[in-house]
Amino acid sequence: MGYLLETLVGGLLAGIMYSMVAIGFVLIYKASGVFNFAQGAMVLFSALTFVSLIERNVSFGCALIITAAVMVVVAVLAERLVLRFLVNRPPVTLFMATLGLSYVLEGTAQALWGADVHGLDLGIDDVPVSILGLRLSRFDLFASATAAVLVVLLSLFANRTRIGRSLRAVADDPLAALSLGVRLPKIWRWVWTLAGLVGFIAGLLWGSRSGVQFSLTLVVLKAMPVLIIGGFDSIEGAIVGGLIVGASEKLAEVYVGPIVGGGIENWFPYFLAVGLLLVRPAGLFGDRAVVRV
Amino acid sequence: MSSRWPAAIKASLLIIFAVAIVPWAADEYWLSAILVPFLILSLAGLGLNLLTGFAGQLSVGTAAFMATGAYTAYNVASRLPGVPLLVAFAAGGLAAALLGVFAGLPSWRIKGFYLVVCTLAVQFFVEWLFTAFRWFSNDNSSGQVEVPPLRIAGHDFNDPIGHYWLVLAIVAVLTWVARNIVHSELGRRFLAVRDMDTAAAVIGIPVLRTKLLAFGISSFYCGVAGALWGFVYLGSFDPRAWELGRSFQVLFIIIIGGMGSIAGSFVGAAFMLLLPIAMSHLASAWLSGAVDQGTLSNYQKIVFGVLIIFFLIKEPLGLASIGRALQRRVRIWPLRQW
Repeated sequence: MGYLLETLVGGLLAGIMYSMVAIGFVLIYKASGVFNFAQGAMVLFSALTFVSLIERNVSFGCALIITAAVMVVVAVLAERLVLRFLVNRPPVTLFMATLGLSYVLEGTAQALWGADVHGLDLGIDDVPVSILGLRLSRFDLFASATAAVLVVLLSLFANRTRIGRSLRAVADDPLAALSLGVRLPKIWRWVWTLAGLVGFIAGLLWGSRSGVQFSLTLVVLKAMPVLIIGGFDSIEGAIVGGLIVGASEKLAEVYVGPIVGGGIENWFPYFLAVGLLLVRPAGLFGDRAVVRV
Repeated sequence: MSSRWPAAIKASLLIIFAVAIVPWAADEYWLSAILVPFLILSLAGLGLNLLTGFAGQLSVGTAAFMATGAYTAYNVASRLPGVPLLVAFAAGGLAAALLGVFAGLPSWRIKGFYLVVCTLAVQFFVEWLFTAFRWFSNDNSSGQVEVPPLRIAGHDFNDPIGHYWLVLAIVAVLTWVARNIVHSELGRRFLAVRDMDTAAAVIGIPVLRTKLLAFGISSFYCGVAGALWGFVYLGSFDPRAWELGRSFQVLFIIIIGGMGSIAGSFVGAAFMLLLPIAMSHLASAWLSGAVDQGTLSNYQKIVFGVLIIFFLIKEPLGLASIGRALQRRVRIWPLRQW
């Protein structure tokens, strides 16, 4: 029983990491309807930039600021050079454009900083701590706390600031927002910046866990079932979806994996997601889209 | 579109070029390292184009269908001695088609990105299946399989020129079939479902059946392409030959070549294969080894990414559409249409 609980909680905490990536997706999807495949590349790009700055003896704080500035530049460029020209095109076209963008970002990151695996030390030891008799990873707890702070900050931003209100207005009804004088390109730059920064934080956490390397881009593939389960346009959904995926994937790996030869983590969440899709096409928290014929 | 040259003349010129001029002009490197993969990737692109370009269902599971084709063909050819090679290839295609219909079932309720996620699920499942169960690779511990020699009706196809003939024949026949499908009633139904499935349903087109047929036919093409990739181009293979990157490669072929165009699949495949080669030649000629292979592949990634975005913005119908525009201009030169 203790082992089951430990697996479950470990999975839940790992799921938080998936949620962090998924939140970046949700931000962009809500504000612009773009399914941003480049989120994983943004995670890699920011983490790699940060680590390379640290390795060049830039202080921690400076590296944070420079990387954040770089992500702002990436967001502005994405809007100026890509999105601006694809307004009113089918969503699938935009998806493919972000696929191209992810190739550009991956290539640029590795051409600038090399393809080696970089270690990243945030100063948190990954030692097990005992809470209520359960042995949990201290790092996972730190990651969950970070995610909680992040969600609080994002909701404060969305509810208390002027730009946050316009973000929500655009997410609610782009046409009405436009007619009230909200400038869409500006909103897009904002959400891409936010998504880039969220990706940066996710990149720091993932990078210090498993090293900053190319495989960071693969977290985008982990985030997809999370999004399907939670719904594309709900931040709470991203959190809950991450928890569900993290927990079920660990449980499946431990209890079902040995029967079929292991390694089922890669596809199990997807099957879960597809199963859910057939029952609830808008995810657990998503808005059911009303389609006009 | 009306053309001054009838299709028959164009087709026969193309056949003369492929049958008489290419084998005479190309050396072994060109045949086995460029022409054979070009033809096979064109076939895979053609398959995906039927599904995505014509029927409007985006899939990123192409590599999974290719792997299914290759492994089925391998198991048929190695476990059932005496089965002709072409039958094994067809079996590979059929197995992939079955998987494709299965993967397309969710399109009954969902579309767009959600369908992309379904095909991703298939992609990861198939990768895992062929890696986790060694039975598929004849219980070889490394997962690597050696294909049997390529012999069809007593003819030996094991040299580069034989590879070329074999692939050319299969690709030519399947391209001809695809062209006829596209121009048939079924092809029109694909277009109707792509452009507006609600309207298609209203005028009496069975939408689900049409989508499933698109998935099945497309996956058959991808399966045969996978069998050829494994048997003819690679010779010995393991599941890593068909990872997600391959799916993206085929998707890029049709984006660059032209969605909804048969010729586009070929143009796109040629472009995808030749551009990296051209880039590495240029790099070695101009920069004389200052750029190593790893860096070069990063630059190639950037170039491909930029090209994808460029084509989506400027020419959503790809190189094929640029080609048609050029043709139109040449035909009325020196007058101008605009």
